[in-house]
Amino acid sequence: MTDMLLEVENLVIGMRRAGRPDAVIVDDVSFSVAAHERFGIVGESGSGKSLTLRAVAGLLPKGVEVLSGRIAYAGKSLTGMPPQERRRLMGPEIAMIFQEPMTALNPVIRVGEQIAEGPRRHLGLSKKAANTVAIEMMARTGIPDPERRARAYPHELSGGLRQRIMIAMAVSCNPRLLLCDEPTTALDVTVQHQVLKVLEGLCADTGTALIFVTHDLAVVNQTCTDMAVMYSGHIVESGTVADVLGDARHPYTQGLLGSAPDFDRPERRLVPIPGFPPSLTSRPAGCPFAPRCALAVDDCSKAMPTTELVAPGHTAACIMTAGVLA
Amino acid sequence: MSTPTLLLAARRQRRAAAPRTLKAWYQNRALVAGIIIVGALVLVAVLAPVLAPYDPVEQDLLNTLADPSAAHLLGTDKYGRDVLSRLIWGAQVDLRIGFLAVLIPFVIGTVVGAVAGYFGGWFDTILMRIVDVFFAFPFYVMVIVLVFIFGSGEFSIYIAIAAVSWVSYAKIVRGEVLVAKQQDYVVAARLGGLSHGRVLVRHIGPNVLSQAIIYAMSDIVMDIMAIVTLGYLGLGIAPPTAEWGSMINDGQEFITTQWQQATIPGLVVVVASLGLSLLGDGLSDVLNPERRK
Amino acid sequence: MLHRLRFIPARLIQSIPVAFGVTLIVFFMAHLLPGNAALALLGQRATAESVAALTTQLGLDRPLPEQYLIFLAQLFQGNLGTSLTYQVPVSDLLVQAVPVTLALLLYALILSLFISIPLAALAAFRPGGSRDLGVRGFTLVGQGMPQFWVGIMLLLIFAVRFRLFPVGGYGTTQLDHLYFLFLPALTLAISMSPTIIRSLRSSMINVLESEYVGTAKSKGSYGISLFRGHVLRNAAIPTVSVIGVNLGFLVGGSLVIERVFALPGLGSLMINSIFSRDFPTVQGVTLFVALFVVVIGILTDVVYTMLDPRVDMSKAVRA
Repeated sequence: MTDMLLEVENLVIGMRRAGRPDAVIVDDVSFSVAAHERFGIVGESGSGKSLTLRAVAGLLPKGVEVLSGRIAYAGKSLTGMPPQERRRLMGPEIAMIFQEPMTALNPVIRVGEQIAEGPRRHLGLSKKAANTVAIEMMARTGIPDPERRARAYPHELSGGLRQRIMIAMAVSCNPRLLLCDEPTTALDVTVQHQVLKVLEGLCADTGTALIFVTHDLAVVNQTCTDMAVMYSGHIVESGTVADVLGDARHPYTQGLLGSAPDFDRPERRLVPIPGFPPSLTSRPAGCPFAPRCALAVDDCSKAMPTTELVAPGHTAACIMTAGVLA
Repeated sequence: MSTPTLLLAARRQRRAAAPRTLKAWYQNRALVAGIIIVGALVLVAVLAPVLAPYDPVEQDLLNTLADPSAAHLLGTDKYGRDVLSRLIWGAQVDLRIGFLAVLIPFVIGTVVGAVAGYFGGWFDTILMRIVDVFFAFPFYVMVIVLVFIFGSGEFSIYIAIAAVSWVSYAKIVRGEVLVAKQQDYVVAARLGGLSHGRVLVRHIGPNVLSQAIIYAMSDIVMDIMAIVTLGYLGLGIAPPTAEWGSMINDGQEFITTQWQQATIPGLVVVVASLGLSLLGDGLSDVLNPERRK
Repeated sequence: MLHRLRFIPARLIQSIPVAFGVTLIVFFMAHLLPGNAALALLGQRATAESVAALTTQLGLDRPLPEQYLIFLAQLFQGNLGTSLTYQVPVSDLLVQAVPVTLALLLYALILSLFISIPLAALAAFRPGGSRDLGVRGFTLVGQGMPQFWVGIMLLLIFAVRFRLFPVGGYGTTQLDHLYFLFLPALTLAISMSPTIIRSLRSSMINVLESEYVGTAKSKGSYGISLFRGHVLRNAAIPTVSVIGVNLGFLVGGSLVIERVFALPGLGSLMINSIFSRDFPTVQGVTLFVALFVVVIGILTDVVYTMLDPRVDMSKAVRA
């Protein structure tokens, strides 16, 4: 397993009160990402997908922390390493793209300068050389007239351009792993498509691995090779994109597919999942999806189902549907 | 709206809805500390005739600049007056003027600001220009000039402070009214046929007043500072009346030999201001919990 | 950058009415003096002739509007009248005193930033922590200290006890000035910093929670470079207007502090003139100080615009 770029094992994220674990938001999440892999994490808001990503980046919000588990990058434990060493990885090894480029870009600094910051710090470039790199990166993300745009402030650019700036910033130090937190959610559908194309192109060129967090199955389908589905802090199903979307085993994944529009079959009726995801404070015992699940039986509410292999490289956590191979 | 903003909005709402119970008041440590400090000082001021061991203006020229001793706990000043007694009586003068000086500007500023904010129009435009002009004069400069014009004494201090500080109340209240009159419940009250006066007094008043009261707490501190400063400059309450600022001025002369003469009255001012600031902070937490940072 | 400062002419025009209002108030001060102003000014020294002479000198025998127009006309020629005590033009006295006060203000502003920025950062780094509480305690106590008393305490400690600094005066050479002005400037800085710290602290907390600081961290930026590059400048923006508003207060405070340290600035000039009932000089100082505050307001807008590229002052000016 050492050929994995990123390994996340039994990750638990939550809040502490008076030194003791209080609320658990992400529970026992494990996955791994190989070099060149493009891994999607799908889930609704509150499923814990963004926090999982932020834990990898070491950017958990105040009060939220990794309670247990292990995150390892290229065989080295990120959670155990001293903060200075970890920060040296951020930029040249691991980079991140945020959901809302307007708030993720510093409003009072020219975008070119913001892109150049990483190369100056990590590649030891002069101000001028870093600026050249910045303009080159902007050109590679398809920003027209990059010399002029580099001198613009974030508020002077459109949403699509801003997100391209974010991408240029993230790839400016040639990272091996790129973390994307819903990078296209805040954009118009047409712009969304263009930005995804840019992202895919860059990753294909440089061989950068990708973790892509989104609530949009279509985006995962377009962008990723592998994926995990998260619900209420747990990974309920994972595998290759073809397996998970083509042969969904977990009732929640099936529900998601049923409620998402399918442009190849526009005549199909959308079936919404009844009910709402449980809130942080009222998580049921056992399978969190049980209250909304059509297949649920009494046993579902007794204990969290174990994650089972349902096909080679394809896992699901459901006592009703996962036991097929067993 | 992303998840964090929703969470934040919900939390704000919860705070706003928090019950204003006695318990909430009690749990507010700043408020309790403020009440204790200010209460103690007011008590000292009121009980000055009982508490002060000597007459604050009685001179004893045979015993000037005495070091602290059992007879004179804080020593005597250059006229042989008991420093402790002067401090205690000074509380009466400084606190009385501080509290009273706030009243006139509070009333004038609140009324003018409320009317300007509520009705807007030319009155509001002119008022805002006047406010701009007044804000160009630094507080101390204006107060000193006005005290010069009206002559020193307690009455001039009231006029000078009122002339300067009504502007701040007007500005604050106007701003609050502008916000308040957009609120749904005010619009509803107007549509329900209530007169302008009733809407102002019944619906806008209570919300706006709390802001003015919170400001008044810091304004009392400003006023006490002004009185003490005027006293220090020799423009305040005429001697021989005991007053903290003039005591500091008297003490500065002997700073090399009797450091406590200038130091202690200043410390008393610090304690008084601290108490009032804590009271103000505590009040603002209790009166508008939704604005807490 | 320059095109963003195009609002300045409009902003200047906007402050003309305020400037006129200031002259009007200063003008009317003379008429607030109870009874005959000349008599009130001369006090004990008054004789029938001297009152008549001063009445003519001050132009008090003409109708009010005419007096005001004369006052304005003289003002535009830089004529602020003649000092009753020194018998020289008030403008000459101002020319001597203004540099001292300006130097004191600038010095104090710089020192207060040296005090406020580290303390605010210390407090904002962990809100609610022990350092934050300590800094909050300092701001609470700092706000409650009378400025002149802070000055006396600094004198007591650094001039009387340790003899590190002079007890007063201004010195003769430039280097002297820096040395002599240190304690007075520090006094002002201490009384100014609580306000700056409060503002900086709360804006730093906001900035530290912002997404772009997360972005900066994801680029490996941390510590001092994160603070300088991404926190300080953003947090400084709201604080600039707080400083702008409070500079007026600082100006007032500097007048009092000059008395404590016997500095030959505007404050000493004003207080001395008040004791000698030299009304034209009092009027001149007041007018200068008020117009100076109006100019500070404009400068604040300029600095604000330069720090925050999102601000479009030309809209604010038109409104």
